[in-house]
Amino acid sequence: MLGIETLSSEQIAFILDQSKPFQEFQRHPLKKLATLRGKTVAVAFFEPSTRTRISFTTAASRLGADTMALQAESSSLKKGESLIDTVRTLEAMRPDGIVIRHSSSGAPEFVAERLEIPVLNAGDGTHEHPTQALLDALTIRDRKGKLEGLNVTILGDILHSRVARSNINLLSKMGARVTLCGPAMWLPRDLAFLAPNLRLTHRIEEALEGAEVVMVLRVQTERIHEPSLAPDEYIAGYQLTPARLQLARPGALVLHPGPIVRGLEIDSAVADGPQSGVLEQVTNGLAVRMALLYHLIGGASADAPHPAKDRTNASD
Amino acid sequence: MTPAMRVVEKRQLLSAEEIGRTLQRLAHEIVERTGGAKDLALIGVRRRGVPLANRLARQIRGFAQVAVPVGTLDITLYRDDLSTVGPQPVVQSTDIDFVVDNRDLVIVDDVLYTGRTIRAAMNGLFDLGRPKRIRLCVLIDRGHRELPVEASFIGQTVQTSDTEIVEVRLEEIDGEERVVLVDRVP
Repeated sequence: MLGIETLSSEQIAFILDQSKPFQEFQRHPLKKLATLRGKTVAVAFFEPSTRTRISFTTAASRLGADTMALQAESSSLKKGESLIDTVRTLEAMRPDGIVIRHSSSGAPEFVAERLEIPVLNAGDGTHEHPTQALLDALTIRDRKGKLEGLNVTILGDILHSRVARSNINLLSKMGARVTLCGPAMWLPRDLAFLAPNLRLTHRIEEALEGAEVVMVLRVQTERIHEPSLAPDEYIAGYQLTPARLQLARPGALVLHPGPIVRGLEIDSAVADGPQSGVLEQVTNGLAVRMALLYHLIGGASADAPHPAKDRTNASD
Repeated sequence: MTPAMRVVEKRQLLSAEEIGRTLQRLAHEIVERTGGAKDLALIGVRRRGVPLANRLARQIRGFAQVAVPVGTLDITLYRDDLSTVGPQPVVQSTDIDFVVDNRDLVIVDDVLYTGRTIRAAMNGLFDLGRPKRIRLCVLIDRGHRELPVEASFIGQTVQTSDTEIVEVRLEEIDGEERVVLVDRVP
């Protein structure tokens, strides 16, 4: 599970459908399954993260799996150990799968080519953040009933955003109409080639007109190396305010991958308003990650012989 | 199963009419032994327990004038053979929109065999709360238990061999209505 790019629309739909039972599971009084009991998931975050790391760890734990955690502040990384040495060390402790976040684009793929166990990409550089796009899609599908034909506007720093890249990929594959909007330096013309039929505009009024979903991105100060836009200029041109949200379709859904910087990319009244799906996104993240862990970490290899495969009345 | 094996129908165990009569009797027994369906709720186990539970509830509403809540339980996440069956089976939804605490629950399934499904179903129910009592209703009990599980309400008990399969075919799922005993022969 390295990115949305390699998934078919059928596979995406399957993951979203499989997330539904796990969504309902989050409402159970007793949130602990034994389904992956005895399995171990390595959660290796080479870049700081709060929500994605907690979400993956909680998803594994609720399925009954144990986790071994490696965090960006870990001493081995500070001592200069290479990525491949670190993950091989983790692999030697025999986990059944590894979740990786890294600041370099392509790091999870590099690791997947060298390890035997399943690798889940939890965000790599400016490349992909597939589980975020899946949980966004689940939230949209729940609120709007479909993805196909929906007008979705992605707003902000598109260039540096792996969330945007995975979402553009997923939404285009599922037949949504995607509009990208941001200041010129964060929305170069060649981003139009990311997917067919993308609409690009630097004017927020134009981007919001007719929008049924507005996805607001965080201004990623940590990934911007060139001189950036002054915050007050960004606010004046691109902050999602209640007045601007009026330009979108009535009841348009507002999403944000978090963490939210209130007063910068989004006004508090919008973030906390009835059209916001921000907290649903967080809960749906658990469901999507449980579904993926269940299908990727569990199960035996197809050729493992076992009498259960040959069982009569297998459902009993 | 070796490639040379094929499946042949040996005999019919229940006709559509007999299934109907059996369910009617089971519905009466359930009402009788739950004090008039007081606190009763039915839990249909996916897949064929679900239409059976719905039919029992419809019968009970008909003759006892009690609306019995029906829930649907998917046991996939509670199976004990997950790490042995190859690719993970697809998870279906569990829809139980009532509180199970202090309920008199009857699990409904089509065939009772090893008892492992029922063990899984009970685990699933415990995750939702603390029922007052759990009992089991099955259309066919075919023996060969691997766990200490017995049904309180049984449609028909059938002697079977290990290679035989009891196939319950229901209108809602299979488009026909009968129970047959099939065998795998070389």
